[in-house]
Formats: sequence, C-alpha cells, structure tokens
Amino acid sequence: MPSFERWDLAEASKVVTARASEQGATLEIFHELAERFGFVDRAIVPVVAEALNLSRAEVYGTLTFYHDFRDHPPGRCTIKVCRAEACQSRGALAVSEELFRKLGVGWHGTTDDGAITVEPVYCLGLCANAPAVLVNDEPLGDLRVETVDELIEEARS
Amino acid sequence: MSAAFANENHQVADGPVKVYVPIDAAAIAAGSNKVARALAAAAGERIAMVRNGSRGLFWLEPMVEVVTPRGRIAYGPVKAADVEGLLAAGMLEGAEHPLRLGRPEEIPYLAKQTRLTYERVGIVDPLDIADYRAHGGFLGLRNAIGMTGEAITEQVTQSGLRGRGGAGFPTGIKWTTVRKAEADQKYIVCNADEGDSGTFADRMVMEGDPFVLIEGMTIAGLAVGATEGYIYIRSEYPHAVRTMRRAIEIARADGALGGSVLGCGRAFDLHVRMGAGAYICGEETSLLESLEGRRGVVRAKPPLPALQGLWGKPTAVNNVVSLCSVPWIMTHGAKAYADYGMGRSRGTLCIQLGGNVKYGGLIELGFGVTLGEIVDDFGGGTITGRPVKAAMCGGPLGAYFPRDLFDTPFDYEAFAAKGGLVGHGGVVVFDDTVDMADQARFAFHFCETESCGKCTPCRIGATRGRETMEKIIAGRDIERNLTLIEDLCVTMTDGSLCAMGGLTPVPVKSAMTHFPEDFVPAERKQAAE
Ligand SMILES: Cc1cc2nc3c(=O)[nH]c(=O)nc-3n(C[C@H](O)[C@H](O)[C@H](O)COP(=O)(O)O)c2cc1C
Ligand code: SF4
Repeated sequence: MPSFERWDLAEASKVVTARASEQGATLEIFHELAERFGFVDRAIVPVVAEALNLSRAEVYGTLTFYHDFRDHPPGRCTIKVCRAEACQSRGALAVSEELFRKLGVGWHGTTDDGAITVEPVYCLGLCANAPAVLVNDEPLGDLRVETVDELIEEARS
Repeated sequence: MSAAFANENHQVADGPVKVYVPIDAAAIAAGSNKVARALAAAAGERIAMVRNGSRGLFWLEPMVEVVTPRGRIAYGPVKAADVEGLLAAGMLEGAEHPLRLGRPEEIPYLAKQTRLTYERVGIVDPLDIADYRAHGGFLGLRNAIGMTGEAITEQVTQSGLRGRGGAGFPTGIKWTTVRKAEADQKYIVCNADEGDSGTFADRMVMEGDPFVLIEGMTIAGLAVGATEGYIYIRSEYPHAVRTMRRAIEIARADGALGGSVLGCGRAFDLHVRMGAGAYICGEETSLLESLEGRRGVVRAKPPLPALQGLWGKPTAVNNVVSLCSVPWIMTHGAKAYADYGMGRSRGTLCIQLGGNVKYGGLIELGFGVTLGEIVDDFGGGTITGRPVKAAMCGGPLGAYFPRDLFDTPFDYEAFAAKGGLVGHGGVVVFDDTVDMADQARFAFHFCETESCGKCTPCRIGATRGRETMEKIIAGRDIERNLTLIEDLCVTMTDGSLCAMGGLTPVPVKSAMTHFPEDFVPAERKQAAE
C-alpha cells in the first residue's frame, strides 16, 4: 500500500533539479512526483520550465495531456477499473456501477473517508480474466457484481 | 528495485523439489501470489519456488508446476485454499489429484500450438539469465555478431516478418531504411504501449521472458548501427515495467548489454520509459514525442521515423512481438521462419483470445488458422454458454466479425479483404446479449477520449459520432442519423492524419454492416419480437 507524502514544493523541486539534465526528462519527473505525492501539483510547472529550459505553456501542456498525472491527491488506495471491450463483454459495466453504488462515487471520485479513488482505464492486458482491475498495483480478475464487496475489502485493507 | 520484488521473482528456500508458480499479471489476477504464499508457508524447506511467466492458458491459472523425475507436472487452477489438500495428496511427487493436468506441454491447447517467439514463456525463470541461455537464449545474437548489418537485415527481410504492432509493415525493409541513413546516432525504440483491448502478448513476453526482447533489440541495434534503445511501456503494466528494468540491470551485469555486447566490441544499451495512460502514444510518432517529454501529439509523416525519429535521429520503431521474433529467426534461419504461414503473412502470429470465451489465452500459430478455429476450437465458445454473436479482431480500431466471417484465415490480406484487420492479434468474443449499436457508440467514445486532438476529423468527428450514436440508440431520427454516421465515417477515414481517427470507422461500419438489426429503434425491436 503506497503512503503518499504531503505535497511540498521545495521537496518536489529537488526531484526536478536532480533529473533536469536527463534528455526528455519531463514525463519521468512527473512520474516520480506522482509516485511520491500521489499527484502533481500544477505549482511545479514554472519550476520544471525553468530547470529544463522550456516554456511554461509546453510544460503545462505535457502535464495535462496524460491521464496519469492528477492535479489533486487520490485516496489511500486507487482502483483502476477497465472499461474496454474485453471487460465489457463480461459485464464490466454492471461491476463498475455496483462499485459506484457501494462507494458513493463515480469515475475519478474519492470516497468521503479518503480511502478509495476509482479511475477508469482502457485495458490492463488481463482480457482472458475479465472484468479486471488494478488495486494499486495488484491485478484482480474475473470480477462479478457479487464479488464487488471482496474487491472493496481488498482495497480498504 | 525493491528487495521485496527481487525476492518475489526469485527462488524461495532451497528445498529439493522445484515448483513453478507464475508471476504473470494475469496469473496474479487469478490469485497466484496468494498461492505462492500458501505454498511457501505449508511446504517450507521441501520446495524451491520459481516465479515463472504464464503458459498463457488463463482459465487454468494459477497453474502450478512441479518438477518430477517424469518431467514437469501441472496443477490448476489452484486456489490458496487448495494448497494443503494438494500437498497431502502428494503434489510434490506429481501425484493424482482432481486439479492435476499432467504434463503441461501435452495439454491440447498448448500441444496444438507452434511456439517460436513464446518458446520460453512460462518455462524459464524470467530473471535468470543462465536459465535463458540454457533454453537457447543469445544464440541468435551470437550469430548476428558474426554478420554485417546488411546480412542481418537481409535475414529479417527473407523471413517475411511483418510488424506485429498493427500495420504489418515488413520489418526488414524498415531496418534497411534506418541502416542506410547516415547519422552520428541512431536508435531502436520498442513500442510496448499495447493499448488495444484484448491484447496481452507484449505484456506476457516482457513478464515471462524479458531477455528475448533485450536480445531482439540488440540484434536490431547491430543490424542498423544503433547503440541505444528505449522501451516505452504503458503505465497500466507495472509488473512488466519492473521485470524489464530488472532484466536490463541483469543483462548489463552479465555483459549482454553495455560497451561490448557479449564481448564483441560493439556497444548497445537500453532504457525503460513509462507511458502515462494515453492510448495514442502507441502510434509511433506520438510515442516519440512522449519519449522526448512532450504531449503525445502525432507528427505528420514524412519525415519517416526511420530517417528522423527520436531526437531527429534515424530510429527503428518496432512492436515488442516483432522484436521478440527476431532471435528465433537469427537462431534457426529466415527460411525456417518463413516456412510457417500463408500468402504474404509469414511465420507465426501470437493470437490473444479474450473476452467472453471459455478458454482464453495466448495462441501462437502459423498464419492461416481461421477465426472460427480460434473462437470455437480453442476458445470453446462463450463462458456464459450463450451463442457467440461477434468477435472484435485487431483491437478498438479493428472490425467486429459476425459468425458468417469466421472462416476468414488469419492473414493480413484476407482480413483486409473482409473489411477488418489482424492488427496486434487480439480477438475479443461477445455473446448474443451485446448491443452492437452500443459498441459503435463506444468506438466513437474511445476515439473522443484518446484522440490527440491534432486534426479536426478525429477530434470533432469522434464527438459528433458519439452524440449521433446516442441519438440513434434513443430512437431519434434513425435514418437521418445513420446517414450522418456514414458521412462522418467517410470524413474521418479520408481526412484524419493518423489511424486513430482513420480507423475508428472500422468498428463502427462493421457493426452497422453485419448487425443492422441492432441499429433499429427499441420500439421496432420489441415489435419484431
Ligand atoms: C492509434 C494507434 C495506436 C497504436 N498502438 C500501438 C501499440 O500499442 N503498440 C504497437 O506496437 N503499435 C501500435 N501502433 C502502431 C505503431 O504506430 C507502429 O506501426 C508500430 O509500433 C511499428 O512497429 P511494428 O512494425 O513492429 O509493428 C498504433 C498505431 C496507432 C495509429
Ligand atoms: S487522427 Fe486523431 S489521434 Fe490521429 S493525429 Fe488526428 S487527432 Fe490525433
């Protein structure tokens, strides 16, 4: 279970400085920040721009292009639910609706207690074990509406 | 690399009986980590556990294999709760048990296949480079080291290998272009973005036999004169990312990568870069933009990436499976590879069968096997027991094929002739409860979500398409709106810069052509019943 550090611009800036000389480092930097803090505060944009000698617009454009770089903290656990065709064929829609109902959130939502965030993904490569999710990094397959409780329990544990 | 992960992938204890428990993400999804923990707890010092890749028979995962004097004996699907009973029954001696499957290579699903590219996946310890060598690893690279770049490229051309990433472009021809380009630096880029729903071949080989990708990329480097390579892996594959990173470290320490590849005096090194959840970054020029640290916006071609690719340098961008096929070709010769297949589709295709199907998995076979053989003979029909209505072939930009087309052989040209595409070899099965109008809506929705936004037909067309399909599904102005969809499809096909917008009409049109009954309004549907 990842425990994220509280966002700290000074700490985040150190990550940027440490990798600034790598070729094409922008995404790598964002990944490292997301891994550490759970999200990438947009306040980092001018820091990256300055360190990598890029325009702010370009850095902002890159940051916001990719689904992975949230702008606010996620819950303690993120469930990535596959929405793509193979999972659709095995009832993924019903499973995600049940999950929403039980958690009281929708796509990109976080439960009130800050425990669980639900994110959509398009394919996890677990297409013969559909529907599938990632609970943080742990894959889980063959979900059914009846087993959504187990999934939530796994995510809360 | 965390110590925990290194341990996870390596032998626990050093007992006398070797036991394999897959660490493939799909096996984990089925519970293999829990089984591994239960086995370690219950069998302790009696076993040496290897975390292998998956054989790709996913309804049997977690599939545990025990090494006995009579060879490997498989048991599956094993749940953690089964472990005690299995041990009591004598699993470690290969004894009888209701879950006993016998020798894995004799399971018909596997016995019927031609495993060339996947010859080691599920068999070896993915991170044991000695095991890789013991199973024929690096023989292809050794052969390549003794050859000129031109001769290597010629072998690959002669093998007939075509890109497995989707477009089916001849790999040897691409390499020739890169080889002939004059530059101080060239790159090999491996496209491991595998975004198509229903595909997992890249993931399986990276998790189950990572050294074969390293070997394939190194051969590519020698062939075209590149000394550096990047593997761009999607972030939805955290296990593959970790395994590849670890394998690269091991290969460097071994001397297979680095300043002098296997002591040959020529350099090649690799880096892993992770995607960030954008399907379009599977398109090669968008991928290059992303590697350079920018938005994944598609570049106009020309210039070809082969001439001006990564950081403007000549770059061979190839799919994982394309690159992983090269070591086999360089070991056994171009002709041996080209002997498999049909027409202009030579060698083997790694078909990935998933969705609503009883026996989903990885099926490597020479081109020419029909869609029906895959769905019915291998797949055993749907898991829900209902009739098969459609199979989506070639990912979200591929066609929905009805049963009438199940006699189509897997062959680039044969699929194209039926309005479809082989693509990356994914097959997703749907039963008769699927609403094809809704699948058409989803095709637009997916394009709307994942479009890079550079050109209007795709960016606006996908949104209009989704809205119009919603109207059709709601029963509003069906005829007029269907005409609008037809029109939109023409615009997107003709006017899009890349295949994202250009091929989104393929699933849409195939759904409309083959399942017109699903596009009539609900009232009419009910009346017809
Ligand atoms: C929207 C889109 C997505 C693509 N996704 C992938 C992908 O995930 N993996 C891949 O290898 N090729 C993908 N391709 C094809 C690549 O552009 C390129 O043709 C391929 O990587 C070349 O390698 P190959 O010749 O070995 O197939 C995609 C193409 C498009 C238009
Ligand atoms: S077709 Fe779509 S994804 Fe491709 S370049 Fe145009 S907008 Fe981008």
